[in-house]
Amino acid sequence: MAVSQQGNLKVWHRFDRKQQWISWAGWLTGTIIFVYCFQLISEKTFWMFVWDAPTQVGDLAYRMIPPTWGYFDKIWKPLWDTINIATLGTLLAIIIAVPIAFIAAANTTPSTKFVRPFALLAIVSSRSINSIIWALLLVAIVGPGLFAGIIAIGLRSVGFIAKLLYEAIEEIDPKQVEAIQATGAGRLQVLTYGIVPQILPAFAGISVYRWDINIRESTVLGLVGAGGIGLQLNASIMELAWSKVSLILIAIIITVIFSEWISAKVRHAII
Amino acid sequence: MLRLEALHKRYATGEVALTSVDLEVPKGQVMALIGPSGAGKSTLIRCVNRLVPPSGGRIFFDSQDVTRLGSRKLLKMRRKMGMIFQEFALVERLSVMENVLSGRLGYVGFWRSFLRKYPQSDIDDAFRLLKRIGLDHMVDKRADELSGGQRQRVGIARALIQDPQLLLVDEPTASLDPKTSRQIMRLICELAHERNLACVINIHDVPLARMFAQRVVGLRLGEIVYDGTPEGLNDDVLTEIYGEEDWHINKYARKAARQESSCEKEETAKPAAMSV
Repeated sequence: MAVSQQGNLKVWHRFDRKQQWISWAGWLTGTIIFVYCFQLISEKTFWMFVWDAPTQVGDLAYRMIPPTWGYFDKIWKPLWDTINIATLGTLLAIIIAVPIAFIAAANTTPSTKFVRPFALLAIVSSRSINSIIWALLLVAIVGPGLFAGIIAIGLRSVGFIAKLLYEAIEEIDPKQVEAIQATGAGRLQVLTYGIVPQILPAFAGISVYRWDINIRESTVLGLVGAGGIGLQLNASIMELAWSKVSLILIAIIITVIFSEWISAKVRHAII
Repeated sequence: MLRLEALHKRYATGEVALTSVDLEVPKGQVMALIGPSGAGKSTLIRCVNRLVPPSGGRIFFDSQDVTRLGSRKLLKMRRKMGMIFQEFALVERLSVMENVLSGRLGYVGFWRSFLRKYPQSDIDDAFRLLKRIGLDHMVDKRADELSGGQRQRVGIARALIQDPQLLLVDEPTASLDPKTSRQIMRLICELAHERNLACVINIHDVPLARMFAQRVVGLRLGEIVYDGTPEGLNDDVLTEIYGEEDWHINKYARKAARQESSCEKEETAKPAAMSV
Protein backbone atom coordinates (compact mmCIF):
# COMPACT_ATOMS: atom_id res chain seq x y z
CA MET A 1 0.00 0.00 0.00
CA ALA A 2 1.39 3.34 -0.91
CA VAL A 3 -0.02 6.62 0.22
CA SER A 4 1.74 9.78 -0.90
CA GLN A 5 1.10 13.47 -0.40
CA GLN A 6 0.75 15.71 -3.45
CA GLY A 7 0.05 19.21 -2.21
CA ASN A 8 -2.95 18.77 0.06
CA LEU A 9 -4.17 15.68 -1.82
CA LYS A 10 -3.69 12.19 -0.42
CA VAL A 11 -2.94 9.83 -3.30
CA TRP A 12 -3.29 6.09 -2.95
CA HIS A 13 -1.73 3.41 -5.16
CA ARG A 14 -2.09 -0.33 -4.76
CA PHE A 15 1.69 -0.82 -4.90
CA ASP A 16 4.52 1.48 -3.92
CA ARG A 17 7.46 2.23 -6.26
CA LYS A 18 9.57 -0.71 -5.06
CA GLN A 19 6.76 -3.21 -5.47
CA GLN A 20 6.11 -1.89 -8.99
CA TRP A 21 9.76 -2.51 -9.96
CA ILE A 22 9.67 -6.04 -8.52
CA SER A 23 6.51 -6.83 -10.42
CA TRP A 24 7.96 -5.48 -13.68
CA ALA A 25 11.18 -7.50 -13.24
CA GLY A 26 9.12 -10.60 -12.56
CA TRP A 27 7.18 -10.24 -15.83
CA LEU A 28 10.42 -9.62 -17.74
CA THR A 29 12.10 -12.76 -16.35
CA GLY A 30 9.00 -14.80 -17.11
CA THR A 31 8.95 -13.63 -20.72
CA ILE A 32 12.67 -14.39 -21.22
CA ILE A 33 12.26 -17.91 -19.83
CA PHE A 34 9.24 -18.53 -22.04
CA VAL A 35 11.02 -17.41 -25.20
CA TYR A 36 14.11 -19.46 -24.36
CA CYS A 37 12.09 -22.62 -23.68
CA PHE A 38 10.07 -22.16 -26.83
CA GLN A 39 13.30 -22.10 -28.83
CA LEU A 40 14.61 -25.25 -27.13
CA ILE A 41 11.42 -27.17 -27.83
CA SER A 42 11.17 -25.80 -31.33
CA GLU A 43 14.68 -27.05 -32.20
CA LYS A 44 13.72 -30.61 -31.20
CA THR A 45 10.38 -30.66 -32.96
CA PHE A 46 9.93 -31.84 -36.51
CA TRP A 47 7.65 -29.02 -37.56
CA MET A 48 6.98 -30.75 -40.79
CA PHE A 49 4.96 -33.38 -38.92
CA VAL A 50 3.11 -30.81 -36.87
CA TRP A 51 2.04 -28.75 -39.90
CA ASP A 52 0.95 -32.05 -41.35
CA ALA A 53 -1.33 -32.83 -38.36
CA PRO A 54 -4.68 -31.62 -39.78
CA THR A 55 -4.15 -33.76 -42.88
CA GLN A 56 -3.28 -36.73 -40.66
CA VAL A 57 -6.39 -36.23 -38.54
CA GLY A 58 -8.50 -36.01 -41.65
CA ASP A 59 -6.87 -39.11 -43.04
CA LEU A 60 -7.42 -41.03 -39.79
CA ALA A 61 -11.04 -39.96 -39.61
CA TYR A 62 -11.48 -41.01 -43.22
CA ARG A 63 -10.12 -44.47 -42.45
CA MET A 64 -12.19 -44.76 -39.26
CA ILE A 65 -15.48 -44.00 -40.98
CA PRO A 66 -17.51 -46.01 -41.32
CA PRO A 67 -16.69 -48.37 -38.42
CA THR A 68 -16.59 -52.04 -39.24
CA TRP A 69 -19.96 -52.87 -37.69
CA GLY A 70 -19.50 -56.56 -38.47
CA TYR A 71 -16.61 -56.67 -36.06
CA PHE A 72 -19.03 -56.11 -33.21
CA ASP A 73 -19.75 -59.83 -32.63
CA LYS A 74 -16.03 -60.24 -31.93
CA ILE A 75 -15.91 -57.49 -29.29
CA TRP A 76 -19.05 -58.00 -27.21
CA LYS A 77 -17.35 -60.83 -25.30
CA PRO A 78 -14.24 -58.77 -24.30
CA LEU A 79 -16.56 -55.87 -23.53
CA TRP A 80 -18.51 -58.09 -21.16
CA ASP A 81 -15.18 -59.21 -19.68
CA THR A 82 -14.28 -55.58 -19.12
CA ILE A 83 -17.47 -54.92 -17.16
CA ASN A 84 -16.88 -58.08 -15.14
CA ILE A 85 -13.31 -57.08 -14.32
CA ALA A 86 -14.59 -53.74 -13.05
CA THR A 87 -17.47 -55.22 -11.05
CA LEU A 88 -15.60 -58.13 -9.46
CA GLY A 89 -12.56 -55.91 -8.84
CA THR A 90 -14.75 -53.37 -7.06
CA LEU A 91 -16.37 -56.09 -4.94
CA LEU A 92 -12.95 -57.45 -3.99
CA ALA A 93 -11.84 -53.93 -3.09
CA ILE A 94 -14.92 -53.33 -0.92
CA ILE A 95 -14.35 -56.54 1.03
CA ILE A 96 -10.76 -55.54 1.80
CA ALA A 97 -11.37 -51.80 2.20
CA VAL A 98 -14.19 -51.80 4.76
CA PRO A 99 -12.19 -53.30 7.65
CA ILE A 100 -9.17 -51.15 6.71
CA ALA A 101 -11.37 -48.04 6.82
CA PHE A 102 -12.60 -48.84 10.33
CA ILE A 103 -9.02 -49.45 11.46
CA ALA A 104 -7.82 -46.23 9.84
CA ALA A 105 -10.57 -43.95 11.18
CA ALA A 106 -9.31 -42.15 14.27
CA ASN A 107 -12.59 -42.65 16.12
CA THR A 108 -13.01 -46.38 15.50
CA THR A 109 -9.43 -47.66 15.34
CA PRO A 110 -8.54 -50.32 17.90
CA SER A 111 -5.14 -48.71 18.48
CA THR A 112 -3.87 -45.36 17.25
CA LYS A 113 -0.23 -46.21 17.77
CA PHE A 114 0.10 -49.77 16.51
CA VAL A 115 -2.63 -50.70 14.02
CA ARG A 116 -3.67 -47.40 12.49
CA PRO A 117 -0.29 -46.63 10.82
CA PHE A 118 -0.43 -49.96 8.98
CA ALA A 119 -3.91 -49.25 7.71
CA LEU A 120 -2.80 -45.83 6.49
CA LEU A 121 0.26 -47.37 4.85
CA ALA A 122 -1.92 -49.92 3.06
CA ILE A 123 -4.13 -47.12 1.79
CA VAL A 124 -1.24 -45.01 0.54
CA SER A 125 0.54 -47.86 -1.19
CA SER A 126 -2.63 -49.03 -2.91
CA ARG A 127 -3.41 -45.53 -4.10
CA SER A 128 0.05 -44.61 -5.28
CA ILE A 129 0.36 -47.47 -7.76
CA ASN A 130 -1.70 -47.11 -10.92
CA SER A 131 -3.87 -50.05 -11.90
CA ILE A 132 -1.94 -50.58 -15.12
CA ILE A 133 1.25 -51.05 -13.07
CA TRP A 134 -0.58 -53.42 -10.73
CA ALA A 135 -1.71 -55.28 -13.86
CA LEU A 136 1.86 -55.52 -15.23
CA LEU A 137 3.00 -57.02 -11.92
CA LEU A 138 0.05 -59.38 -11.69
CA VAL A 139 0.34 -60.61 -15.26
CA ALA A 140 3.89 -61.62 -14.33
CA ILE A 141 2.69 -63.29 -11.13
CA VAL A 142 -0.60 -65.02 -12.02
CA GLY A 143 -0.26 -65.02 -15.80
CA PRO A 144 -2.26 -63.04 -18.38
CA GLY A 145 -6.05 -62.99 -18.34
CA LEU A 146 -9.12 -61.78 -16.51
CA PHE A 147 -7.95 -62.88 -13.09
CA ALA A 148 -4.92 -60.59 -13.17
CA GLY A 149 -7.20 -57.74 -14.26
CA ILE A 150 -9.67 -58.31 -11.44
CA ILE A 151 -6.95 -58.31 -8.81
CA ALA A 152 -5.24 -55.27 -10.33
CA ILE A 153 -8.47 -53.29 -10.27
CA GLY A 154 -9.21 -54.56 -6.76
CA LEU A 155 -5.83 -53.62 -5.32
CA ARG A 156 -5.91 -50.18 -6.87
CA SER A 157 -9.42 -49.51 -5.54
CA VAL A 158 -8.79 -50.61 -1.95
CA GLY A 159 -6.97 -47.40 -1.12
CA PHE A 160 -9.52 -45.18 -2.82
CA ILE A 161 -12.52 -46.75 -1.10
CA ALA A 162 -10.83 -47.09 2.28
CA LYS A 163 -9.63 -43.49 2.26
CA LEU A 164 -12.98 -41.94 1.41
CA LEU A 165 -14.80 -44.30 3.76
CA TYR A 166 -12.56 -43.61 6.73
CA GLU A 167 -13.01 -39.89 6.18
CA ALA A 168 -16.75 -40.46 6.24
CA ILE A 169 -16.42 -42.45 9.47
CA GLU A 170 -14.45 -39.65 11.07
CA GLU A 171 -17.15 -37.16 10.16
CA ILE A 172 -20.06 -38.97 11.82
CA ASP A 173 -22.15 -37.35 14.53
CA PRO A 174 -20.66 -38.62 17.82
CA LYS A 175 -23.88 -37.89 19.74
CA GLN A 176 -25.74 -40.68 18.00
CA VAL A 177 -22.95 -43.05 18.94
CA GLU A 178 -23.02 -41.82 22.52
CA ALA A 179 -26.77 -42.40 22.72
CA ILE A 180 -26.36 -46.01 21.61
CA GLN A 181 -23.52 -46.53 24.12
CA ALA A 182 -25.75 -45.19 26.88
CA THR A 183 -28.25 -48.03 26.34
CA GLY A 184 -25.63 -50.58 27.41
CA ALA A 185 -24.98 -51.78 23.84
CA GLY A 186 -21.79 -53.77 23.15
CA ARG A 187 -19.02 -52.67 20.77
CA LEU A 188 -20.42 -54.41 17.71
CA GLN A 189 -23.91 -53.14 18.43
CA VAL A 190 -22.61 -49.59 18.73
CA LEU A 191 -20.94 -50.12 15.36
CA THR A 192 -24.05 -51.45 13.60
CA TYR A 193 -26.55 -49.07 15.19
CA GLY A 194 -24.57 -45.92 15.88
CA ILE A 195 -22.05 -45.78 13.03
CA VAL A 196 -23.16 -47.91 10.06
CA PRO A 197 -26.48 -46.09 9.41
CA GLN A 198 -24.57 -42.81 9.35
CA ILE A 199 -21.99 -43.89 6.77
CA LEU A 200 -24.26 -46.00 4.56
CA PRO A 201 -25.04 -43.24 2.03
CA ALA A 202 -21.36 -42.33 1.74
CA PHE A 203 -20.44 -46.00 1.38
CA ALA A 204 -22.92 -46.57 -1.44
CA GLY A 205 -21.84 -43.40 -3.21
CA ILE A 206 -18.13 -44.23 -2.94
CA SER A 207 -18.56 -47.83 -4.13
CA VAL A 208 -20.63 -46.95 -7.16
CA TYR A 209 -18.33 -44.06 -8.05
CA ARG A 210 -15.31 -46.37 -7.89
CA TRP A 211 -17.10 -48.97 -10.01
CA ASP A 212 -17.75 -46.27 -12.56
CA ILE A 213 -14.04 -45.32 -12.58
CA ASN A 214 -13.05 -48.99 -12.75
CA ILE A 215 -15.05 -49.57 -15.93
CA ARG A 216 -12.93 -46.88 -17.59
CA GLU A 217 -9.67 -48.19 -16.11
CA SER A 218 -10.36 -51.80 -17.08
CA THR A 219 -10.69 -50.81 -20.75
CA VAL A 220 -6.93 -50.24 -20.89
CA LEU A 221 -5.82 -53.26 -18.83
CA GLY A 222 -5.88 -55.40 -21.97
CA LEU A 223 -2.91 -53.40 -23.28
CA VAL A 224 -0.69 -55.27 -20.83
CA GLY A 225 -2.48 -58.57 -21.22
CA ALA A 226 -4.81 -58.44 -18.24
CA GLY A 227 -7.97 -59.20 -20.22
CA GLY A 228 -10.83 -57.08 -21.50
CA ILE A 229 -11.43 -54.84 -24.48
CA GLY A 230 -7.96 -53.25 -24.34
CA LEU A 231 -6.46 -56.35 -25.94
CA GLN A 232 -8.64 -55.96 -29.07
CA LEU A 233 -7.99 -52.24 -29.11
CA ASN A 234 -4.25 -52.78 -29.05
CA ALA A 235 -4.40 -55.45 -31.73
CA SER A 236 -6.50 -53.25 -34.01
CA ILE A 237 -4.14 -50.29 -33.63
CA MET A 238 -1.14 -52.55 -34.35
CA GLU A 239 -2.66 -53.84 -37.59
CA LEU A 240 -3.75 -50.26 -38.50
CA ALA A 241 -7.36 -51.40 -38.72
CA TRP A 242 -8.75 -47.95 -37.96
CA SER A 243 -12.34 -48.80 -38.72
CA LYS A 244 -12.15 -51.48 -36.02
CA VAL A 245 -10.54 -49.01 -33.61
CA SER A 246 -13.41 -46.58 -34.10
CA LEU A 247 -15.95 -49.33 -33.43
CA ILE A 248 -14.16 -50.24 -30.19
CA LEU A 249 -14.05 -46.60 -29.12
CA ILE A 250 -17.78 -46.25 -29.75
CA ALA A 251 -18.41 -49.41 -27.73
CA ILE A 252 -16.31 -48.07 -24.83
CA ILE A 253 -18.11 -44.73 -24.85
CA ILE A 254 -21.50 -46.44 -24.76
CA THR A 255 -20.41 -48.64 -21.87
CA VAL A 256 -19.09 -45.68 -19.89
CA ILE A 257 -22.27 -43.69 -20.43
CA PHE A 258 -24.25 -46.71 -19.29
CA SER A 259 -22.15 -47.06 -16.12
CA GLU A 260 -22.47 -43.35 -15.32
CA TRP A 261 -26.22 -43.64 -15.72
CA ILE A 262 -26.34 -46.60 -13.31
CA SER A 263 -24.15 -44.92 -10.72
CA ALA A 264 -26.25 -41.73 -10.84
CA LYS A 265 -29.40 -43.83 -10.33
CA VAL A 266 -27.94 -45.73 -7.38
CA ARG A 267 -26.71 -42.55 -5.68
CA HIS A 268 -30.13 -40.96 -6.04
CA ALA A 269 -31.86 -44.04 -4.68
CA ILE A 270 -29.73 -44.30 -1.56
CA ILE A 271 -29.15 -40.74 -0.40
CA MET B 1 -30.73 -44.95 44.81
CA LEU B 2 -27.95 -42.75 43.39
CA ARG B 3 -25.19 -41.40 45.59
CA LEU B 4 -22.14 -39.43 44.51
CA GLU B 5 -19.24 -39.13 46.93
CA ALA B 6 -16.54 -36.55 46.32
CA LEU B 7 -16.97 -36.93 42.57
CA HIS B 8 -14.11 -35.26 40.74
CA LYS B 9 -13.47 -34.82 37.05
CA ARG B 10 -10.44 -33.33 35.39
CA TYR B 11 -10.21 -33.53 31.60
CA ALA B 12 -7.02 -34.41 29.76
CA THR B 13 -6.74 -30.74 28.82
CA GLY B 14 -6.28 -29.95 32.52
CA GLU B 15 -9.67 -28.31 32.85
CA VAL B 16 -11.41 -29.24 36.10
CA ALA B 17 -15.13 -29.78 35.43
CA LEU B 18 -16.15 -31.09 38.86
CA THR B 19 -14.17 -30.30 41.99
CA SER B 20 -15.81 -32.49 44.61
CA VAL B 21 -19.49 -33.22 44.35
CA ASP B 22 -21.54 -35.02 47.01
CA LEU B 23 -25.09 -35.72 46.04
CA GLU B 24 -27.81 -38.20 46.81
CA VAL B 25 -30.95 -38.74 44.75
CA PRO B 26 -33.63 -40.98 46.27
CA LYS B 27 -36.00 -43.19 44.33
CA GLY B 28 -38.91 -41.35 42.72
CA GLN B 29 -37.37 -37.89 42.96
CA VAL B 30 -37.24 -35.52 40.02
CA MET B 31 -34.20 -33.34 40.52
CA ALA B 32 -33.25 -30.40 38.33
CA LEU B 33 -29.58 -29.55 37.96
CA ILE B 34 -29.17 -25.90 37.04
CA GLY B 35 -26.14 -23.73 36.47
CA PRO B 36 -24.38 -21.60 33.86
CA SER B 37 -22.74 -23.10 30.78
CA GLY B 38 -19.48 -24.78 31.73
CA ALA B 39 -20.58 -25.41 35.33
CA GLY B 40 -20.16 -29.17 34.84
CA LYS B 41 -23.80 -30.24 34.56
CA SER B 42 -23.26 -32.35 31.46
CA THR B 43 -20.06 -33.81 32.85
CA LEU B 44 -21.84 -34.78 36.06
CA ILE B 45 -24.56 -36.83 34.44
CA ARG B 46 -22.12 -38.36 31.94
CA CYS B 47 -19.94 -39.49 34.82
CA VAL B 48 -22.88 -41.38 36.30
CA ASN B 49 -23.11 -43.79 33.35
CA ARG B 50 -19.40 -43.38 32.63
CA LEU B 51 -19.77 -41.99 29.13
CA VAL B 52 -17.16 -39.71 30.66
CA PRO B 53 -14.82 -41.56 33.02
CA PRO B 54 -14.66 -39.80 36.41
CA SER B 55 -11.17 -39.04 37.69
CA GLY B 56 -11.91 -39.32 41.39
CA GLY B 57 -14.60 -40.08 43.96
CA ARG B 58 -17.27 -42.71 43.91
CA ILE B 59 -20.68 -43.26 42.41
CA PHE B 60 -23.05 -45.67 44.09
CA PHE B 61 -26.04 -46.84 42.13
CA ASP B 62 -28.30 -49.69 43.11
CA SER B 63 -25.80 -50.44 45.96
CA GLN B 64 -22.92 -50.98 43.50
CA ASP B 65 -19.90 -48.73 42.95
CA VAL B 66 -20.18 -47.70 39.30
CA THR B 67 -16.61 -46.38 39.20
CA ARG B 68 -15.21 -49.86 39.94
CA LEU B 69 -17.22 -51.88 37.43
CA GLY B 70 -15.46 -53.88 34.72
CA SER B 71 -16.53 -53.22 31.14
CA ARG B 72 -19.03 -56.10 30.99
CA LYS B 73 -20.70 -55.14 34.25
CA LEU B 74 -20.72 -51.50 33.20
CA LEU B 75 -22.78 -52.38 30.12
CA LYS B 76 -25.25 -54.21 32.36
CA MET B 77 -25.38 -51.23 34.69
CA ARG B 78 -26.05 -48.81 31.83
CA ARG B 79 -29.22 -50.74 30.99
CA LYS B 80 -30.61 -49.51 34.30
CA MET B 81 -29.90 -45.87 33.47
CA GLY B 82 -31.99 -44.34 30.72
CA MET B 83 -30.50 -41.27 29.07
CA ILE B 84 -32.29 -38.49 27.22
CA PHE B 85 -30.20 -36.08 25.18
CA GLN B 86 -29.99 -32.50 24.10
CA GLU B 87 -30.92 -32.37 20.42
CA PHE B 88 -32.30 -35.87 20.82
CA ALA B 89 -29.36 -37.91 19.46
CA LEU B 90 -31.62 -40.28 17.55
CA VAL B 91 -30.00 -42.39 14.85
CA GLU B 92 -31.26 -40.20 12.03
CA ARG B 93 -31.42 -42.78 9.28
CA LEU B 94 -33.21 -45.46 11.29
CA SER B 95 -36.98 -45.67 11.70
CA VAL B 96 -38.87 -44.59 14.82
CA MET B 97 -39.38 -48.25 15.75
CA GLU B 98 -35.70 -49.09 15.31
CA ASN B 99 -34.74 -46.10 17.43
CA VAL B 100 -37.10 -47.14 20.21
CA LEU B 101 -35.96 -50.75 20.04
CA SER B 102 -32.32 -49.66 20.21
CA GLY B 103 -33.06 -49.04 23.90
CA ARG B 104 -33.11 -52.84 24.25
CA LEU B 105 -29.61 -53.34 22.80
CA GLY B 106 -28.20 -54.07 26.22
CA TYR B 107 -30.62 -56.98 26.61
CA VAL B 108 -30.51 -58.70 23.20
CA GLY B 109 -27.54 -60.41 21.56
CA PHE B 110 -25.65 -59.00 18.59
CA TRP B 111 -27.19 -61.12 15.85
CA ARG B 112 -30.75 -60.61 17.07
CA SER B 113 -30.21 -56.86 17.07
CA PHE B 114 -28.38 -56.93 13.74
CA LEU B 115 -31.22 -58.86 12.07
CA ARG B 116 -33.83 -56.77 13.93
CA LYS B 117 -35.28 -59.96 15.46
CA TYR B 118 -36.29 -58.51 18.82
CA PRO B 119 -38.34 -60.63 21.24
CA GLN B 120 -42.10 -60.08 20.90
CA SER B 121 -42.25 -58.74 24.46
CA ASP B 122 -39.88 -55.90 23.46
CA ILE B 123 -42.00 -55.10 20.43
CA ASP B 124 -45.16 -55.07 22.59
CA ASP B 125 -43.38 -52.71 24.95
CA ALA B 126 -42.33 -50.47 22.09
CA PHE B 127 -45.90 -50.23 20.77
CA ARG B 128 -47.19 -49.49 24.28
CA LEU B 129 -44.66 -46.70 24.76
CA LEU B 130 -45.26 -45.23 21.30
CA LYS B 131 -48.96 -45.10 22.10
CA ARG B 132 -48.23 -43.46 25.43
CA ILE B 133 -46.14 -40.72 23.82
CA GLY B 134 -48.64 -40.32 21.00
CA LEU B 135 -46.50 -41.51 18.09
CA ASP B 136 -48.04 -44.91 17.37
CA HIS B 137 -49.00 -43.71 13.88
CA MET B 138 -45.36 -42.96 13.00
CA VAL B 139 -43.76 -46.33 13.64
CA ASP B 140 -42.15 -46.62 10.21
CA LYS B 141 -41.18 -42.97 9.72
CA ARG B 142 -37.47 -42.26 9.58
CA ALA B 143 -36.25 -40.28 12.57
CA ASP B 144 -35.05 -37.38 10.41
CA GLU B 145 -38.59 -36.84 9.14
CA LEU B 146 -39.93 -35.95 12.60
CA SER B 147 -40.29 -32.54 14.22
CA GLY B 148 -38.19 -31.59 17.25
CA GLY B 149 -40.89 -32.41 19.78
CA GLN B 150 -41.62 -35.75 18.14
CA ARG B 151 -37.93 -36.65 18.08
CA GLN B 152 -37.55 -35.95 21.76
CA ARG B 153 -40.58 -38.15 22.43
CA VAL B 154 -38.86 -40.96 20.58
CA GLY B 155 -35.76 -40.25 22.69
CA ILE B 156 -37.87 -40.59 25.82
CA ALA B 157 -39.35 -43.87 24.60
CA ARG B 158 -35.85 -45.19 23.83
CA ALA B 159 -34.75 -44.41 27.38
CA LEU B 160 -37.84 -45.90 29.00
CA ILE B 161 -37.88 -49.17 27.05
CA GLN B 162 -34.61 -49.95 28.84
CA ASP B 163 -36.77 -50.40 31.94
CA PRO B 164 -34.44 -48.08 33.87
CA GLN B 165 -34.41 -47.15 37.53
CA LEU B 166 -32.78 -43.81 36.87
CA LEU B 167 -33.27 -41.24 34.14
CA LEU B 168 -30.34 -39.03 33.17
CA VAL B 169 -31.69 -36.12 31.17
CA ASP B 170 -29.33 -33.67 29.46
CA GLU B 171 -30.94 -30.36 28.42
CA PRO B 172 -34.07 -32.00 27.00
CA THR B 173 -35.63 -28.73 25.85
CA ALA B 174 -32.60 -26.87 24.54
CA SER B 175 -33.74 -26.90 20.92
CA LEU B 176 -37.52 -26.80 21.41
CA ASP B 177 -40.05 -23.97 21.40
CA PRO B 178 -41.53 -22.88 24.78
CA LYS B 179 -44.76 -24.82 24.47
CA THR B 180 -43.15 -28.04 23.27
CA SER B 181 -40.55 -27.63 26.03
CA ARG B 182 -43.28 -27.68 28.66
CA GLN B 183 -44.98 -30.67 27.05
CA ILE B 184 -41.72 -32.60 26.97
CA MET B 185 -40.86 -31.72 30.59
CA ARG B 186 -44.38 -32.70 31.66
CA LEU B 187 -44.10 -36.01 29.83
CA ILE B 188 -40.73 -36.83 31.38
CA CYS B 189 -41.97 -35.99 34.89
CA GLU B 190 -45.22 -37.92 34.47
CA LEU B 191 -43.43 -41.00 33.23
CA ALA B 192 -40.87 -40.74 36.02
CA HIS B 193 -43.67 -40.58 38.60
CA GLU B 194 -45.61 -43.44 37.01
CA ARG B 195 -42.58 -45.70 37.23
CA ASN B 196 -41.20 -44.23 40.42
CA LEU B 197 -37.86 -43.40 38.80
CA ALA B 198 -35.12 -41.21 40.13
CA CYS B 199 -34.53 -38.47 37.60
CA VAL B 200 -31.68 -35.99 37.15
CA ILE B 201 -32.51 -33.26 34.65
CA ASN B 202 -29.86 -30.81 33.42
CA ILE B 203 -31.66 -27.68 32.47
CA HIS B 204 -30.69 -24.06 31.96
CA ASP B 205 -34.25 -22.79 31.85
CA VAL B 206 -34.88 -21.79 35.48
CA PRO B 207 -38.66 -21.24 35.18
CA LEU B 208 -39.05 -24.75 33.73
CA ALA B 209 -36.98 -26.18 36.56
CA ARG B 210 -39.18 -24.35 39.07
CA MET B 211 -42.30 -25.63 37.40
CA PHE B 212 -41.47 -29.33 37.20
CA ALA B 213 -38.78 -30.36 39.66
CA GLN B 214 -39.24 -31.39 43.28
CA ARG B 215 -35.72 -30.43 44.08
CA VAL B 216 -33.22 -28.07 42.53
CA VAL B 217 -29.46 -28.35 42.73
CA GLY B 218 -27.36 -25.42 41.57
CA LEU B 219 -23.90 -26.04 40.18
CA ARG B 220 -21.25 -23.38 39.74
CA LEU B 221 -17.71 -24.06 38.55
CA GLY B 222 -18.01 -27.73 39.41
CA GLU B 223 -19.35 -27.19 42.91
CA ILE B 224 -22.82 -27.46 44.41
CA VAL B 225 -23.85 -24.00 45.63
CA TYR B 226 -27.56 -24.65 46.18
CA ASP B 227 -29.54 -27.74 47.12
CA GLY B 228 -33.17 -27.26 48.07
CA THR B 229 -36.74 -26.74 46.96
CA PRO B 230 -37.71 -24.86 43.80
CA GLU B 231 -39.46 -22.29 46.03
CA GLY B 232 -36.15 -21.52 47.73
CA LEU B 233 -34.65 -20.24 44.46
CA ASN B 234 -34.67 -16.53 45.33
CA ASP B 235 -32.63 -13.72 43.79
CA ASP B 236 -29.68 -14.23 46.12
CA VAL B 237 -29.48 -17.90 45.24
CA LEU B 238 -29.70 -17.20 41.51
CA THR B 239 -26.94 -14.61 41.88
CA GLU B 240 -24.89 -17.15 43.78
CA ILE B 241 -25.32 -19.67 40.93
CA TYR B 242 -25.17 -17.49 37.84
CA GLY B 243 -23.47 -14.31 39.00
CA GLU B 244 -24.76 -10.71 39.27
CA GLU B 245 -27.88 -9.91 37.25
CA ASP B 246 -31.19 -8.11 37.82
CA TRP B 247 -33.55 -11.09 38.16
CA HIS B 248 -36.66 -8.89 38.24
CA ILE B 249 -36.11 -7.18 34.95
CA ASN B 250 -39.54 -6.67 33.36
CA LYS B 251 -41.00 -5.01 30.31
CA TYR B 252 -40.78 -1.45 31.65
CA ALA B 253 -37.35 -1.92 33.06
CA ARG B 254 -36.18 -3.30 29.70
CA LYS B 255 -37.64 -0.34 27.86
CA ALA B 256 -36.00 2.09 30.25
CA ALA B 257 -32.71 0.26 29.93
CA ARG B 258 -32.90 0.48 26.15
CA GLN B 259 -33.52 4.23 26.20
CA GLU B 260 -30.74 4.76 28.63
CA SER B 261 -28.22 2.89 26.54
CA SER B 262 -29.25 4.65 23.30
CA CYS B 263 -28.83 8.03 25.04
CA GLU B 264 -25.40 6.99 26.12
CA LYS B 265 -24.48 6.06 22.59
CA GLU B 266 -25.56 9.41 21.17
CA GLU B 267 -23.60 11.36 23.71
CA THR B 268 -20.43 9.42 23.13
CA ALA B 269 -20.84 9.42 19.36
CA LYS B 270 -20.97 13.21 18.90
CA PRO B 271 -17.54 14.25 20.16
CA ALA B 272 -15.99 11.32 18.32
CA ALA B 273 -17.46 12.52 15.04
CA MET B 274 -16.12 16.03 15.51
CA SER B 275 -12.58 14.94 16.10
CA VAL B 276 -12.28 13.16 12.73
